[in-house]
Amino acid sequence: MSWRLPAGRTLVLALPFAWLGLFFLFPFLIVARIALSEAALGIPPYAPLLRRDEQGTLAIVLNLGAFALLVEDSFYLDAYLRSLRVASLSALLCLLAGYPMAYAIARAPERRRNLLLLLVVLPFWTSFLLRVMAWIGLLADNGVVNNILLGLGLVTEPLRLLYTETALYLGIVYCYLPFMVLPLYANLVKLDPALLEAASDLGARPWRAFLAVTLPLSLPGILAGFMLVFIPAVGEFVIPELLGGPDAQLIGRVLWTEFFQNRDWPMASALAVVLLLLLVLPIAWFQHLQGRAGGGR
Amino acid sequence: MSGRLGRLWIALGVGYAFLYIPIALLVVLSFNDSRLVTLWTGFSLRWYAALWHNDALVTAAWLSVRIAAVAATGATALGTAAGFALARFGAFRGRSLFGAMVAAPLVMPEVITGLSLLLLFVALAEAVGWPGERGVTTVTIAHITFATAYVAVVVQSRLSDFDRSLEEAALDLGARPWRVFLLITLPLIAPALAAGWLLAFTLSLDDLVIASFTSGPGASTLPMVVFSALKLGLTPELFALATVIIVVVSFGLALALRLGRVASARVGG
Repeated sequence: MSWRLPAGRTLVLALPFAWLGLFFLFPFLIVARIALSEAALGIPPYAPLLRRDEQGTLAIVLNLGAFALLVEDSFYLDAYLRSLRVASLSALLCLLAGYPMAYAIARAPERRRNLLLLLVVLPFWTSFLLRVMAWIGLLADNGVVNNILLGLGLVTEPLRLLYTETALYLGIVYCYLPFMVLPLYANLVKLDPALLEAASDLGARPWRAFLAVTLPLSLPGILAGFMLVFIPAVGEFVIPELLGGPDAQLIGRVLWTEFFQNRDWPMASALAVVLLLLLVLPIAWFQHLQGRAGGGR
Repeated sequence: MSGRLGRLWIALGVGYAFLYIPIALLVVLSFNDSRLVTLWTGFSLRWYAALWHNDALVTAAWLSVRIAAVAATGATALGTAAGFALARFGAFRGRSLFGAMVAAPLVMPEVITGLSLLLLFVALAEAVGWPGERGVTTVTIAHITFATAYVAVVVQSRLSDFDRSLEEAALDLGARPWRVFLLITLPLIAPALAAGWLLAFTLSLDDLVIASFTSGPGASTLPMVVFSALKLGLTPELFALATVIIVVVSFGLALALRLGRVASARVGG
C-alpha cells in the first residue's frame, strides 16, 4: 500500500490514465473554452479566443454572450428546470416500479435469482432506439393501443397518446428500469432475513417491519439506483425527441438543436457547461458510492 | 406473509410484462403483411426480404459491427488495465482522479460526452492536423472512451470478490507478476472480460448520440440511419431489423452464458 508504484504497475495504469485524460477529461476544458468564444460563420463556427486586434497586440477575447443569453432567455432556464423535473419524477417512478421487482427477486429461491435478474437486464441488450420505436408503434394515433380501444368500441376516435408527457415518462421508465432494479437487488439480497424475523418476533406487523428495517437498510441501493436513472435522464435526447411533444424541450434536445440545426457551437457548449455544473454534485456522489461499493467487497 | 409474497410476485409479473410486451410487439408486427405497420392483415416475410435489399441499412449495419468490434476490443484492453489498477493497486497518487475518470462516463449525459469529443477532434485537427476527416476512426475512439468505463467496472467487481490464494501461491513459488497475471489472474477473470467485451460491443452498436456528434460525412452508423428513418415515420422494415437484432442478441447471450458456465466450472473443478 505504498504511494509510489513499481515500474510495471505504472505502465498498467499509464495507458488508461492517459487515454481517459486525453479523451474524457481534457475535452471538458475545450468545451469551456468554446463556450467563451464568439459564434462566427465558418468552419469551425467560432472565433478564436486568442487573436490580434487592430494595433497588432495579442489579446484574449472572452465572450460571455452565450452565458448571458442563457440567463436572459427564459427558454433555456425553463429547459433546465423541465429536465430536472422530468428526470427526478422518472427516477421516482422507476423506484416505485423497480423496488417491488428487486425485492421479489431477492426473496426468490437462490437458484432462480440469476434467471429472474437476467430477464430484467435482457431488454437492455437489445437496441435502445428500436425499443423506443416499439412505443411509437404502441402509442401512435393508428397504433396498437388505439386500434384495440377502437376495436372494442371503448373510444370512437383515437386517443392522443404519442407526443405527450405520458409517452415521455413511459419511454424513460421503460428504458431506465434495469438501472434501478440492479443496484436495489444487489443491496436487498445482502439484507439479513434474521433482522426481519427479529422485528416480527417483537410483534411488528410486516409493513412496520418493512418501514423500520428493510427500507432504511436499502437506502444505499435506492440512492445508487436513483442516481443511475436521474443523471443520464437529465440529458436525455432520444426519448423526448421521438416520444415527447414539441413542448418536451429537455436540455439534451435543446443542446442538440443548437448544435445541429442552429450551428451555434458556443451556445451548445455553454449549455453543456451549465448542465455539467448542475450534475457535478450528483456525479461526485455517485462516484463516492461506486468507490465504496468497489472497496467494500 | 404468503399474501404479501403473492402480491410481490404479481408486481414482478407486471414488471416483466411492461418490459417484454413492447418487444413482443416488434417481433409480431415484423411478420405483418400490411404496409400500415400497426394493422395486422396477414403473415408475411416480405419485410425481411426488403430489409435484406435495403442497401443503406445493410451498409450501415456492417459499418456499425466493424466499429463495435474494434471499439469493444480496445475498451476491453483499457478497461481491464483500469479495473485491475483500481482493484489491486491500493492507494496510489491520483487514485481519486483516476476513479472519477473511470466512473463518470457511466452516468455522463451522452450529449456532453459527444459534444466534448467532437470539439476535441476539431481542436486537434487545427493544432496538429489530426484527425484530418471525422468518420470511422473518430467514432471508434469515442466509443472506446465511454465503453472503457463499463469494462473497468465489470473487471473491478470481479477482481474484488475473488480468491487471491492462487495468485499468492504462485508469487510465493517465485513466479514473476506478469506470469502470474497471464497464467492465473487472466484465466480466472476471463468470463468478466468476455462479459465486458460483449457489453462494450452492444453499447457501441447501440449508440446514436455520441456517434452523431463525432462522425463525419460518409460514415453513418446503423443507429444514425435508423434514427433518420424513424423521423420520417415507422416502416415495417425497421420492425424486421429489430427482430433480427433481438434474435442475434439472444443467441449471443445464451452462448456467452454457456461459455461462462463452462469456464467457471473448469476453474472451480
